[in-house]
Amino acid sequence: MRAMKILRYGERAVLLEVGAARVNDYAAAIERLDDHDIVSIVPAAETVLVQARHSSAIGGLSFRLETIEPLQRAEYVTDPVVIDARYDGEDLERVAVESGLGVDEVISAHSDVDYRVQFCGFSPGFAYLSGLDPLLQLPRRASPRTRVPAGSIAIAGPYTAVYPTASPGGWHLLGCTDAVLFDAHRFEEGRSPALLEPGQTVRFRPV
Amino acid sequence: MSGLTVLDAGLLSTIQDEGRSGLEAYAVSPSGAADKPAYRLANRIVGNAAGVAVIETTLGAVHLRAEQDLVIAVTGAPVALMLDDMGAAMGQAYWVRAGSELFLGRPLVGLRSYIAVRGGLAARRVLGSRSTDTLGHLGPRPLAAGDHLVVDHDPERLPAPDQVPTHPIEAHPVLDLLPGPRLDWMEAASAKVLTSAPFRASDQLDRVGTRFDGPSLFRSITRELASEAILAGALQLPPSGAPILFGPDHPTTGGYPVIGVLAERQLPLAAQLRPGQEVRFRWAR
Repeated sequence: MRAMKILRYGERAVLLEVGAARVNDYAAAIERLDDHDIVSIVPAAETVLVQARHSSAIGGLSFRLETIEPLQRAEYVTDPVVIDARYDGEDLERVAVESGLGVDEVISAHSDVDYRVQFCGFSPGFAYLSGLDPLLQLPRRASPRTRVPAGSIAIAGPYTAVYPTASPGGWHLLGCTDAVLFDAHRFEEGRSPALLEPGQTVRFRPV
Repeated sequence: MSGLTVLDAGLLSTIQDEGRSGLEAYAVSPSGAADKPAYRLANRIVGNAAGVAVIETTLGAVHLRAEQDLVIAVTGAPVALMLDDMGAAMGQAYWVRAGSELFLGRPLVGLRSYIAVRGGLAARRVLGSRSTDTLGHLGPRPLAAGDHLVVDHDPERLPAPDQVPTHPIEAHPVLDLLPGPRLDWMEAASAKVLTSAPFRASDQLDRVGTRFDGPSLFRSITRELASEAILAGALQLPPSGAPILFGPDHPTTGGYPVIGVLAERQLPLAAQLRPGQEVRFRWAR
């Protein structure tokens, strides 16, 4: 019995339900197919969307996807991206109170983990990092901020993230970084415009 | 001075081309012209190659001045066109002398018109496209009065002098839906309501999406949905019960169920919906 389920998504896309833990393993396996019928692969929290170039290709493509074997993490993972973090966020103390930890313990709980980029969403280059210590998993703030500065390191629910640009936001702010999360110029050089790509390993280093 | 100057940008005018594709995994929306056939036609009429940048207007009321001799054509939502004090027609190439002014009136049907300039607009490419992404704030910002637009070099092809098909804009469109991945998250009764009752495009309508007013639709599964991919044409059911049809600047993921997906050939039709316009949905066969 396979754990994966394929749902049709319009004329030329399918949504693979694979579960949070294997989203990147499946996305990596699909990328490795290097299938010319595929125009985009969009990992998300528990699913991977695969879009075909033409509707005529979706039948064959979803047949091939039915039997795809997800990669093991070791088969595609690269060196961790290290983000220098200043833990001076406005919500640091409140997070400490709500999680029952000291501020130092919050910082070490947040920075002692290898995170995995589960997916990007919300704004260009905004990466949802999974692997957050369960003690730090808090609901979003009751009232979102109208402006969270670029580079803010934040947590909400099962994720941590860095805001690539200033935007409204309801996450708890733990600190900030000077790292550039999204840069269109990197794309001109043939690289990913996003510093954090789905599937990558990420670490925060307190500075 | 060369190129053209924006004297009035109307409600919202943006630079658009074919958009950015394949970058959804970085949370980059596709953007690009909302009504692709109208956009492509405008380029064809002035002899541009495919993929050249044009101006997309919203409910017309745009005023431009040519700062050099230009060849211009307007397609999409039909507007009254004036070249200085002379009337002009949609879907035709016009020679516009330096110093001449082009006025677009308000369309009586449809929402978005396209102004193509021979040579194309020379905005800087961001992630391979000159399109304005109104959600992700990529590409040039929306046009404003006083903006000066630079025109690229003329292509070698001559403007096409042929008759062009004007694609009609329907006053009472019927939108064909394919089942969405989360159709089963909607009550069966609501699924019937969706395809039997009239809905109205609300005034919450932009390049990101269109919210529809009508009878409330209810969910059969009310637990939270983990964020999953969104595509242009996806019809999402938020907790308010008023469905949202996503456009070219859609977010790349969302946490509410996608109950239907618009047939792709109808994306241009959806791009021309106006606030208050009545539509019907039906399941595509």
